[in-house]
Amino acid sequence: MGFLDTILGRTKPVQPKLDDLFGLPSAAVQLEAATGFKPTGSGSVSFRAPEGKPFADIQKEVLELLDMDNGKPGGGLPVEVTKDSYGYTWLVVSHMSDEIDALVTDLHAVNSALVDGGFGPQLLCTLVAFTDDSHRRLSLVYLYKRGTFYPFAPLGGGNNRDNALELQVKGVLGDDLKFEQDLTRWFPVWGAPGL
Amino acid sequence: MATHTRYAPDRGLTVRITATLFLLGLVFVAFVALLIGIMTAAHASGAAIILVAVIFGGGSAFISLFYSDKIALAAAGAHEVSPQQAPELHGIVDRLCALADMDKPRVAIAPARMPNAFATGRNSKNSVLCVTEGLLYHSGLTQEELEGVLAHELSHVAHKDVQVMTYASLLAIVAGLLVRFAFYSELFGGGRRGGDNGQAALLIPLIMLASIVVYAISFLLIRLLSRYRELAADRSGALLTQNPSALISALTKVSQGMNRIPTQDLRAAEPLNAFYFAPAMKLTRGGGRGGGASLSALFSTHPSLDKRIEQLTKIQRELGQVDSGPRGLR
Repeated sequence: MGFLDTILGRTKPVQPKLDDLFGLPSAAVQLEAATGFKPTGSGSVSFRAPEGKPFADIQKEVLELLDMDNGKPGGGLPVEVTKDSYGYTWLVVSHMSDEIDALVTDLHAVNSALVDGGFGPQLLCTLVAFTDDSHRRLSLVYLYKRGTFYPFAPLGGGNNRDNALELQVKGVLGDDLKFEQDLTRWFPVWGAPGL
Repeated sequence: MATHTRYAPDRGLTVRITATLFLLGLVFVAFVALLIGIMTAAHASGAAIILVAVIFGGGSAFISLFYSDKIALAAAGAHEVSPQQAPELHGIVDRLCALADMDKPRVAIAPARMPNAFATGRNSKNSVLCVTEGLLYHSGLTQEELEGVLAHELSHVAHKDVQVMTYASLLAIVAGLLVRFAFYSELFGGGRRGGDNGQAALLIPLIMLASIVVYAISFLLIRLLSRYRELAADRSGALLTQNPSALISALTKVSQGMNRIPTQDLRAAEPLNAFYFAPAMKLTRGGGRGGGASLSALFSTHPSLDKRIEQLTKIQRELGQVDSGPRGLR
């Protein structure tokens, strides 16, 4: 926020940064080689749905766009829409576990459709899920407003997270992906759809 | 970035805030010019009084700014809570901060039953967001409404309202001190000087008179500014959550709760009033302590409920409109 904005008491809506998302496929290869975590093939986009009809229209368009290629190879499963307890909407995109390129393309399509509609400031985060042979869960969360990634690894049923694993992932991928350096911004997304 | 935004800036509010600040600045410049004039004309005693008032006033404002978070928490009897202690509250704040791309403030809970919230701190790194137990457990707010309240408070942090209001109040603090100092010096030192230097004897009452006028004007302007900052925070908060309706219903619920609660409890919260979500004190006690004046729009730190709802309804309409391409300058 600039000086003038402070004086005048106004905030500019923050526009999302989308491009870094395309670093994910190569990072996924790196991650599997170093830690054994593989993509599950599902990912989700979280955003704040504004009240009013214009947004509902755009959301419908996005869903139709994504579900157009269902059934074809690489087309993935129908998109699932859920609302979490915090009032954020999640679009869960599911593909086969080896189709991370297609997954990222789909996620990016959602993002750009929302941004084109003028709803960029409403994007919260994108999440891509990983798992390893012992069924540990891990996700890479992309923060749109910062253009950075951070790992989130829930442990068990309670609200615990595997900080050691998260820091290990940051160590492995730190050079490939733009990681969030400010650890206080690694906010947990317990029970996020698609995780 | 070549993206367009759906939010037209509120020019009316911008103009009103600019005008208020301009007037405050004008009073400030006039007052300083007058003081400098008096100081050069006066002998030592007049100059010393002014100097002491400026140092004391500036010092106390600086300290209150620097320790605003600690002072406010202590005054409200609040304690900081960790994400483990209040996962839901932290969850809402986490998400709002990620949406707004701002540093997360510390989160605290105050034991008061009165439903309210405030944010304070000199910058985003040192700010703290505090909600009362009354707001969390007894106000009947839904999660969305609570989020609206928190977004309003986070907007105060983003707008650096504590800093802006402290700087704006600086003049009033110095003027208020000058009135007091000049009064005492007149009371105790007046007779001694009276005979030999008629000019100096006139100066002290002059300082006092000017200070009273400046104090009164800047007091009204600060209250006006405070009301505009509240409207600005409402607006930014509603645009952040994209849910003005929830903020409207939260405001209505919280204000009703306020009216039900006896005044004795509310007085304890008076010093923090300017940073609260909704004003806890219905009675404003302006210059003098003691007798409460009747509720007056001129003196209050918060705009009326009607004004706030009216503005939010406007945002509601804007969100419902079909987007017709780029609108506004930004």
